[in-house]
Amino acid sequence: MSRIAAKFASLKAEGKSAFVSYIMAGDPDFDTCLEIVRGLPPAGVDIIELGAPFTDPMADGPAIQLAAQRALGAGMTLARTLELVRVFREGDNTTPIVLMGYYNTIYSMGVDAFLAEAKGAGVDGLIVVDLPPEEDAELCLPAADMGIDFIRLTTPTTDDKRLPKVMQNTSGFIYYVSINGITGTAEADAGAIAPEVARIKAASDLPVCVGFGIKTPATAQAIAGIADGAVVGSAIVQRIGEGQSVSDVLGFVAELADGAHS
Amino acid sequence: MTNNKNSYMQGPDEQGRYGIHGGRFVSETLMPLILELEAQYEFAKTDDSFWAEMEQLWKHYVGRPSPLYFAERLTEHFGGAKIYLKRDELNHTGAHKINNVLGQILLARRMGKTRIIAETGAGQHGVATATVCAKFGLKCVVFMGKTDVDRQSPNVFRMKLLGAEVIPVTAGRGTLKDAMNEAMRDWVTNVDETFYCIGTVAGPHPYPAMVRDFQTIIGKETRWQLEEQEGRLPDSLVACIGGGSNAMGLFHPFLDDESVRIIGVEAGGHGVDDRMEHAASISGGRPGVLHGNRTYLLQDEDGQILEGHSISAGLDYPGIGPEHSWLHDIGRVEYKSVTDTEALEAFQLLCAKEGIIPALESSHALAYVAKIVPDLPADHLMVVNLSGRGDKDIFSVAEHLNVEL
Repeated sequence: MSRIAAKFASLKAEGKSAFVSYIMAGDPDFDTCLEIVRGLPPAGVDIIELGAPFTDPMADGPAIQLAAQRALGAGMTLARTLELVRVFREGDNTTPIVLMGYYNTIYSMGVDAFLAEAKGAGVDGLIVVDLPPEEDAELCLPAADMGIDFIRLTTPTTDDKRLPKVMQNTSGFIYYVSINGITGTAEADAGAIAPEVARIKAASDLPVCVGFGIKTPATAQAIAGIADGAVVGSAIVQRIGEGQSVSDVLGFVAELADGAHS
Repeated sequence: MTNNKNSYMQGPDEQGRYGIHGGRFVSETLMPLILELEAQYEFAKTDDSFWAEMEQLWKHYVGRPSPLYFAERLTEHFGGAKIYLKRDELNHTGAHKINNVLGQILLARRMGKTRIIAETGAGQHGVATATVCAKFGLKCVVFMGKTDVDRQSPNVFRMKLLGAEVIPVTAGRGTLKDAMNEAMRDWVTNVDETFYCIGTVAGPHPYPAMVRDFQTIIGKETRWQLEEQEGRLPDSLVACIGGGSNAMGLFHPFLDDESVRIIGVEAGGHGVDDRMEHAASISGGRPGVLHGNRTYLLQDEDGQILEGHSISAGLDYPGIGPEHSWLHDIGRVEYKSVTDTEALEAFQLLCAKEGIIPALESSHALAYVAKIVPDLPADHLMVVNLSGRGDKDIFSVAEHLNVEL
């Protein structure tokens, strides 16, 4: 069983939803980021999403754009992002890690080389924003062959007719983007999202996690009540951007995790 | 690429590919929107009433056909091939951009969209979009890099006069690439009422094909106009390339005429070398994925996009339309570059010899003409696309020439 499947199975046994946190690899620098990543599971994070920095993050709002700029400015690359995963895995072999980013850096490294490196480093899943199902031959299918989950984003614009196509080659879990828009802007509304999650769950056996627009422990709790997991990114990244200490950042993560788990 | 293997004019395929280039590399939120756009465009493409409306507007609102003008004194100056200028700078709003904007806005109206967004570099596409939106009473929002807002202030004011909201983009280095990122972020946020009017032959399928189809009016007119004046096909075509829509518009109708030499001129900035202070995606880049398509891009070893540089805001883009990338790969079109300095010289030469102030963008095409035309025989017919007029550039040209206005 994959680390992702094992995690959802054990959460289900406990009757809990997953708390998924996102931070940008290399933000504000490699060593500080590694310290934060190592502190995430003890703070209650079930699945770690690690952003791979890109110069042109078209689906991201200002908080994550700035995080990418900080990371790139500190010398982060895709190869160093994989190195960070490798070092983390030396001390943690159970917490799933999902890389989230854009296709060009992967394409630039070469899909085969990237997948081999990612597998070796201990990456469990990929979320690549600019690869819709229409482009599955690029990375989704080769990743599946390597046993790496390709986690798809579904959105409010994904109607019932299109949903099966979006589900088709996806694995691990489904990431429901709660708003039309970019990361870290609008506030997610659990009441409005619940029917959408139900619609997706009717079409798939995979767990459904909800992200984009979850900023507080209370919202994390509300979303965790209607979905299999809640994802928080920008709100954490923003605190890193403000220069908060590692322990303060992890303290906030713990509050979010408590919200999602309660 | 589809049924006729001997044609260069059949692309793209059903996936929106031109060879390895093109495609639909967008987020899921946008995917249903571009599929709907594709369906609407496929319908309009074969709808006579759509093209009848386009032709009326092209004729009475834009002023088409634009003249094909024999540049006699420029020809004498070089003493080589006979140079014709395709005068798309005489279009309403001063550039080729409006050819495409009209088509997209007519489509937007058919789709019931009420809010139009656009990115702009030099401001020509922004002005064209603001113009057509004013004509049809549509809300218009234009994203423009902060750097470009500063160096193209006359166009910013024009857009505002035309009722558009101009949003300066400070992300990145504040040029066309960043404006396009921000436009896509807006689109993904306002999906219901908004139509994204892309200004060049780039972006996710169907944009590269659709924008090309609206711009091929340039090449189609050139074909019959030269037939009328010279009784034959041109021997060569030259056009500048940022994203490449004016070039694609001129080139496409001639792709299957193998006797016609076709040359696209990229912005060489301070020179195409390791410093990467240029905007020549084909000459100095490699294939990658950005803004919805795979194409040649300026990027570093990690696949991070580089900013590039050009004196011309309209060419200052790290990518190029995917069909150009394919035409380069198969060798049908030659892609060259000229420097900022060479473009500035050509700008002044056309002013002096023909009484025409060209856009800095189009000056790049003229600068390459200067390199090859003296060695070509007098019976060689060359058509250069004068894609825009240079009124918008006089302030920045004055600055480069150290002239105080």
